[in-house]
Amino acid sequence: MLHVLLIVFLISLFYLSIANRMTTYVNVLALQGIMLFFVAFLELKSINTINLILILLETVIFKSLAVPIFLRYVLKRNHITREAEPFVPNFVSLIITTVIVVTTIILSNTMEEGKLDKMFFVVALSTLFTGLYFIASRRKIITHVMGYLVIENGVFVLSLAVGNEMPMLVNLGIMLDIFASVLILGIFLNKIGDVFKDIDVNQLTNLKDY
Amino acid sequence: MIVIYLIGSFLIGAGLFFNRRKLLNYSLVGLFLVLQCVYTVYACWHYNETVSNYFTFDSLGIIMLLTATIISIPAAFHSYIYIEESEEMTPGSRATYFGALVLLIAAVSAAYMANHVAVVWIFTEITTLSASALIYHHRNKLALEGTWKYVFICAISITFVFIGILFLSLSFANSGSDDLSYKNLLLHSNSLNLSWLRLAFLFIFTGFTAKLGLFPMFTAGVDAKDKAPGPAAALLSSIVMCMGFVGIFRMYVVISNTSLLHWASLVVGIAAFISIFIAAVYMIKVKNIKRMMAYSSVEHMGLVMLGIAAGGVGYYAAILHIVLHSFVKSSLFFQYNQLYKVFKNKNISQIGNYFKYNTTGAIVVLLAFISVTAMPPSGMFVSEFLVFRSMFEANQLVLLIVVLLLLTFIIWAFAKNIFKILFTPVVDFDESKVPSISPWRSLSQFVLIGGAAYLGLNPPPIFVDLIKESIKLLPI
Repeated sequence: MLHVLLIVFLISLFYLSIANRMTTYVNVLALQGIMLFFVAFLELKSINTINLILILLETVIFKSLAVPIFLRYVLKRNHITREAEPFVPNFVSLIITTVIVVTTIILSNTMEEGKLDKMFFVVALSTLFTGLYFIASRRKIITHVMGYLVIENGVFVLSLAVGNEMPMLVNLGIMLDIFASVLILGIFLNKIGDVFKDIDVNQLTNLKDY
Repeated sequence: MIVIYLIGSFLIGAGLFFNRRKLLNYSLVGLFLVLQCVYTVYACWHYNETVSNYFTFDSLGIIMLLTATIISIPAAFHSYIYIEESEEMTPGSRATYFGALVLLIAAVSAAYMANHVAVVWIFTEITTLSASALIYHHRNKLALEGTWKYVFICAISITFVFIGILFLSLSFANSGSDDLSYKNLLLHSNSLNLSWLRLAFLFIFTGFTAKLGLFPMFTAGVDAKDKAPGPAAALLSSIVMCMGFVGIFRMYVVISNTSLLHWASLVVGIAAFISIFIAAVYMIKVKNIKRMMAYSSVEHMGLVMLGIAAGGVGYYAAILHIVLHSFVKSSLFFQYNQLYKVFKNKNISQIGNYFKYNTTGAIVVLLAFISVTAMPPSGMFVSEFLVFRSMFEANQLVLLIVVLLLLTFIIWAFAKNIFKILFTPVVDFDESKVPSISPWRSLSQFVLIGGAAYLGLNPPPIFVDLIKESIKLLPI
């Protein structure tokens, strides 16, 4: 069951890489939050109950409710167009995502067998690099933020893998989630929406050396 | 004490943020500086003791903390001048600025002492938050762009450090321990799983380069120093860089006690060399004086990490160099505000003949230039020379020659711009509006540059002992 969920999580990345509409991105992020809820529920068996409740609440309330609602609000308020406008065609995106996943699988096979379930490693690393790829290949600032949220989900998967031995690290991961999301989403996306009317990275090229 | 210090500085920061009365603001800043000094004295007094489980006043931390305290006092003074003379100052922006300044210094000072990799990481997050408030001080489009880039890249890099910490915990697979303090890591360095440790080091190193200002994440720092007010940029290019260095160095000590030493020094060396190369390329074409100073910081961090990679006497040289660089570069950024006040421009083509308008300030710029380019009478000459010697001893002759060539380019570019600023008059520059600047405002810069020369040429024995103590765990 755990592996099925993780594989579905991986498939959601492929879906993201060919998604055209902004709302699709938001929906997939919410879905990933729910999947992380179940992964956390199934994986963290030897953790104390209060901590588990905290983690589960973070995935459901923060990742799959608060952040998507806020993203929708930003999309609406700043009249951001519905298209994602990637720099590269979707087909190329799909191929690159596939290459990333295959590379992480090969990398995971070179790692020594530790206490880590390889599936977690593959899903986490490929989510990380796919998120970085989204940041590099999309034009709107809000898609950069979504790419960052994807990275955070990947990190969360990895922290769940060690969560039974070191629950402290999962809590730190939650702290990172909330801290960075609030800093990036709350303060700056609002500010940037106010100052730059049409949010596009091409407007953020005024800092130059000459 | 450290708990009192952290709570105290947090309360002072919050008090600054919510209280907008001028007198109260400045007395709170004064109170914080007193607290900072008391904390520094306490740390020196309790040398090598562990307090509150997560903080150890070890030698590296003490060196960096002393540097931070020495720099933070003139930083507060120059911030006062900057804020009071700024035309767009409002009580709100002043309160935010000083609140963020206090929080930044406190977070950095705590991060130096942390003996647990996750605690360093937490304080790194706090510095991102407070630094972004400082960078966004001017609240215009360009400042927003700089802040956005800084926040975004720093957010990605702290995520990288976190992934590194997760991998580090996985490398404990066989040793049966899960305490991630540096001491425990060193204790178990023989039984760490090497392939996980390799990944952990890669991610932690990449993450901390955003704060250190090294390739690959150096861009965030350059934009930030360009847009931040002068005194804040001075802190970003001195004590925050030291924090990034501490983060990497402590991890490097762990990895150098395993069989991965050679590999790790290769990684660090490649990143350092690329940084120097990038700095050389950008320095040649840069026209914005603040960015030129920021790129010069990238170059110096490259030299510091080359010293670490070369080993031997390089370890000593690296720590000496980063301390001296902090002094010199912060004084250059303090001086920048006076320069901007005279010319109202930071484009080098619009700045010139500075000696005529502010002689004392021009002498500071000249002395700082001599120090930054490591010409013989300055302190940084000694540390840079030791870095080169360590590379020579490590048989990296080809690399050394290429680095020296790149440094020649950098010195040429730096000198071309600085002499333009100091001596060449600008056509149709309106002299009637030049304000007179009190020479006393340059006093702190003279003290910092003089201190750097003293520490480099004739280091007091206690300083040498502290550096030797902090590198004793590294294999020679």
